[in-house]
Amino acid sequence: MKKVFERPQSLSENCFHYCPGCGHGVAHRLVAEVIDELGIMERTVGICPVGCAVYAYDYFECDMIEASHGRAPAVATGAKRVLPGHIVFTYQGDGDLAAIGIGEMIHAAARGENFTTIFINNGVYGMTQGQMAPTTPIGQKTTTSPSGRSISQEGNPIKVCELLNAIDGPAYLARVAITSPKTIARARRCIRKAFEVQLAGQGFSLVEVLTSCPTYWHLSPAEALAYIEENVIPAFPLGEFRVPAGTAAPVAAHAPA
Amino acid sequence: MSKSLLKGNIAVCEGAIKAGCRCFFGYPITPQNEIPDYLSWRMPEVGGTFLQAESEVAAINMVYGASCAGARALTTSSSPGISLMQEGISYLVGAELPAVIVNVARGGPGLGNIAPSQSDYFQATKGGGHGDYSLLVLAPWSVQEMFELTYDAFDLSDRYRIPAMVLTDGILGQMMEPVDFDTREEASSPPKPWITDGAKGRKKNIINSLYIDPDVLYQHNLKLRARFEEARREEIRYEEHLTEDADIVLVAYGTSARTAYSACEAARERGFKVGMFRPITLSPFPEERLSQLAEQCRGLVTVEMSLGQLVYDVRLCSQGRPVHLVSKTAGLIPEVGDVIEVIQEHFALEEARSG
Repeated sequence: MKKVFERPQSLSENCFHYCPGCGHGVAHRLVAEVIDELGIMERTVGICPVGCAVYAYDYFECDMIEASHGRAPAVATGAKRVLPGHIVFTYQGDGDLAAIGIGEMIHAAARGENFTTIFINNGVYGMTQGQMAPTTPIGQKTTTSPSGRSISQEGNPIKVCELLNAIDGPAYLARVAITSPKTIARARRCIRKAFEVQLAGQGFSLVEVLTSCPTYWHLSPAEALAYIEENVIPAFPLGEFRVPAGTAAPVAAHAPA
Repeated sequence: MSKSLLKGNIAVCEGAIKAGCRCFFGYPITPQNEIPDYLSWRMPEVGGTFLQAESEVAAINMVYGASCAGARALTTSSSPGISLMQEGISYLVGAELPAVIVNVARGGPGLGNIAPSQSDYFQATKGGGHGDYSLLVLAPWSVQEMFELTYDAFDLSDRYRIPAMVLTDGILGQMMEPVDFDTREEASSPPKPWITDGAKGRKKNIINSLYIDPDVLYQHNLKLRARFEEARREEIRYEEHLTEDADIVLVAYGTSARTAYSACEAARERGFKVGMFRPITLSPFPEERLSQLAEQCRGLVTVEMSLGQLVYDVRLCSQGRPVHLVSKTAGLIPEVGDVIEVIQEHFALEEARSG
């Protein structure tokens, strides 16, 4: 009998510890599928800092490094400079990348370090039980913005792709969602492209993945996906913001809300 | 073999390169700027990587990544910058990663000043970051030792999988002395089966300091401590000067040991039998030998460029003998006269009695 569906080789048999409806499982799988497709598992090093995905070393089957909160881009820089022929990726959440680690992210991107960042944006600190993140949309209630995030009190969310697109270093920047089979297929293509950019030695690549945290959004998994469509995507438009010179033009970057 | 005349900071660079270090990550801070300036061309010359990081926080994490990949990696800084690195150093320890950190210490606290100091002794030898741990800490007192101990720090750090710190100061970094590079052989990073360089033909390697189960973390802590205790048995280093017949033993490391050394002769001219004990490994500390010396003498005096930090370790070895302190800090240096004054104050009467 022909097998039509199986677990990617780059993903272990361990059960995910993630909450029901969490996007990490899908995002892990997409990364693992791309690693399999490109045949690079034996020369890939993944880096997962503090956050809900800190245990990703139990799930990916490539060599894995756990890093301190926010510092994965610096760790990736050190590893990749020693192993320029290897594939290095970081897998970071929004508090990690856009708050405590924004400095390391901007400078690694500005240097054009040849690694790939998978940036999971679900707008809350999940691991510490639902505090406001730099990417929490205006109006969203969290444990540290109980009246809903306001511009006057908590300030505006940070749009990482737009921020990084203001500097010359990055080679590939894309924002995707994983809310439906269609957007998931699109996300997979962008993640593959990001790894291909690294394989071609073209420099820093980042894919921002809009995903949900039903547990700390206090919504059902289905409601959480609808919330992304209705409230998150309008504030964080999907698309490719930067592609390497000589490749196809960016798709739907800066799409109007 | 002819010797080269160079600054201590440059000797650090050449010690690292001779040890096979091909990765440097650092952030500018005085009084260690000669190191990044020099390595910015010297590392590429030997096929290595020099990268000026965006902060000390980033620099220590770049060292973490390079060490994961199997390289001998170096960062250098001075006191405030070393404070910023403490989280990263704790992670290096927890993840059992070798690395070499050089602290060309300056006056503190806060911004302090850029003059030489030994006020980071506690930070270097008693942990510094969070968690139960001790670094391997080496303290050079000459430009020759700046070269040799930086080199040795890489060997020790790889052997015990504990980060090693070279604790020095602005004087040793800036001053020039002749150095013989032939005291150490060309080396390279040894094979390390635990590194993350791609799971080819083996199961994946994981580098991690997260052990959520307290029983498991406890065992991990015990394992780390056992390795440090092995270093205590195998790697203690110290130097003695005129201790055979000494009634009074001066204890000092680094720059202030140079004062203590000169003070021995000056004190003997005044009729005091004074010797010097110089710990070279500050951590692990040479407790056993210092305790033996304490048994044989009438009193101990530490000579420090701090308000009194080394003196705590010396008191633990004093065997009931009095321990006195010659202290200058904030960039000031104890002089021979300061040492003589303390000796006369505390031992002259006794000398007269016993005489």
